[in-house]
Amino acid sequence: MITLEAVYLLMGAMLSGVTVVSARDTSNPRRWRSTLFWALWALLFLAGSHLPHALSGVIMLVMVATASAGLGQGTRESSTAAARAESVLRLRHRLFAPVLVVPVATYAGSVLLKGLMVNGAPLIPAAQVTQVALGLATVLGLLTALLVIRPTASAPVVEARRLLDSVGWAAVLPQALAALGAVFAAAGVGQAVSTLATTYLPLGSPLAAVTAYGVGMALFTMVMGNAFAAFPVMTAGIGLPLVVQQYGGDVVIVTAIGMLSGFCGTLMTPMAANYNIVPAALLELEDRHAVIKAQIPTALILLVANIALMALFAFRVPVPLMPGR
Amino acid sequence: MLPLIGILIVVAGFALRLNALLVVTLAGLATGLASGQSFIEVITLFGKAFVESRYIAIVWLALPVIGLAERAGLREHAAAAIGQIRAATAGRVMLVYLALRQATSALGLVSLGGHAQMVRPLVAPMAEAAAEQQHSSAPLSTSARDRIRAMAASADNVGLFFGEDVFVAIGSILLIRGFLEQNGIIVEPLDLARWAIPTALVAFAVHGARLLWFDRALRDTSRADASGDTTERDA
Repeated sequence: MITLEAVYLLMGAMLSGVTVVSARDTSNPRRWRSTLFWALWALLFLAGSHLPHALSGVIMLVMVATASAGLGQGTRESSTAAARAESVLRLRHRLFAPVLVVPVATYAGSVLLKGLMVNGAPLIPAAQVTQVALGLATVLGLLTALLVIRPTASAPVVEARRLLDSVGWAAVLPQALAALGAVFAAAGVGQAVSTLATTYLPLGSPLAAVTAYGVGMALFTMVMGNAFAAFPVMTAGIGLPLVVQQYGGDVVIVTAIGMLSGFCGTLMTPMAANYNIVPAALLELEDRHAVIKAQIPTALILLVANIALMALFAFRVPVPLMPGR
Repeated sequence: MLPLIGILIVVAGFALRLNALLVVTLAGLATGLASGQSFIEVITLFGKAFVESRYIAIVWLALPVIGLAERAGLREHAAAAIGQIRAATAGRVMLVYLALRQATSALGLVSLGGHAQMVRPLVAPMAEAAAEQQHSSAPLSTSARDRIRAMAASADNVGLFFGEDVFVAIGSILLIRGFLEQNGIIVEPLDLARWAIPTALVAFAVHGARLLWFDRALRDTSRADASGDTTERDA
């Protein structure tokens, strides 16, 4: 049986390689901080499933402290423009192959591996198929790259280190945010927000209720960084009791578009780090919030559109969007 | 209301642009302590959740592949390939990607994209090359380059978010169905997915139009740069 654990070991191996390259890079002015940071992350992938949770928590705190002190970045170029130009002439369109193998193999893998049985047991646990498929696809992509490009043996790890250093601690942020979500859930943050919303929002008409639900979904998603966390809270607090039950809104239309209103919030929040902050780091943008700024106009227009769609279609008699005088 | 202290810390921390990793950790610690747990309990809960969330990070396994391809000149090659298409502009390149991303996501093919997999190695260099070609092959200013890259990332997000919900077996549709079922309401995933279509169309129209307008904004910026007027660029 192949489980997520195998993919974690792979990730641990890659990060261990990154750690070694970091430790040997004298061009990084803060190389020991970077080395410590990647080494601890590698440790959590290799041994995290067996460590006491309290120890993992302490390791995470040390990682955060190291990142707050500031990580460095090596300045040595791993390839020259001339070498790249020469390699482009040699490889041409074959260069696209390794990069395209990863998404295509991830998709093929998640379809083909689902339900595959070996000796009466699933080869991969159903809930982990997509992640395991992604892990296998990256291995396939790496093999393709090795065959097509024929780099030196150390190049894959050196290149992974170059990219990971340019992303920096933001690489860990999505994982930390998911952990924060678990802490929020355990502390009852959702209930507190729901109580606040229903106590203080004006909900006296169908349009007001629909607006409160749509805006509430967007705002709470911005806070939690995830529409999935906001949906049960806001729908139990406003969507079902008010929009559906009190004003007779269609439950399918209200909940479907309510979720999409939450996605508008996802476009506007740094808490959705893997969509908004990580790409800014990955694309080496000076402003970490540049992606969010690019998305805000679209998100706001779509939020208004969602509320209008709910008001127009969820009720047997459309709700007037402009209150009459 | 005490658990809400974590939310306050998050909002304040991001507003002050503190290190996001630090802000998130402090918010978690404060929330746990405010809800009456001991420090050890909070650390344990945080550590457990952090370890159990490792699956989110495995997308980084693609880095050696992307890095090797970049070292072999993938970005330069992608840019050169776009440079041969005369009609290509930054906005049009990103519009095509938005359409592809949204259409494939609507078919459930959400893994055929992503910032590490597609935007950094292919979409962003192509859009940048198209913009350079359009503006008489002059190198882009840093701010113009960053704006193109940010728009390329936004095309991936908008296409994904407002495409995937049209597919019946995606997480959000299943979550809605499961939540309603717990509340005694049975709905068909297909009906939920159908009601994602109007928003999907609006999303494509709005963001697509913004991408095309973006070409004009870039042109104005580069004119302003050329005439030595940099006020626009810094705005």
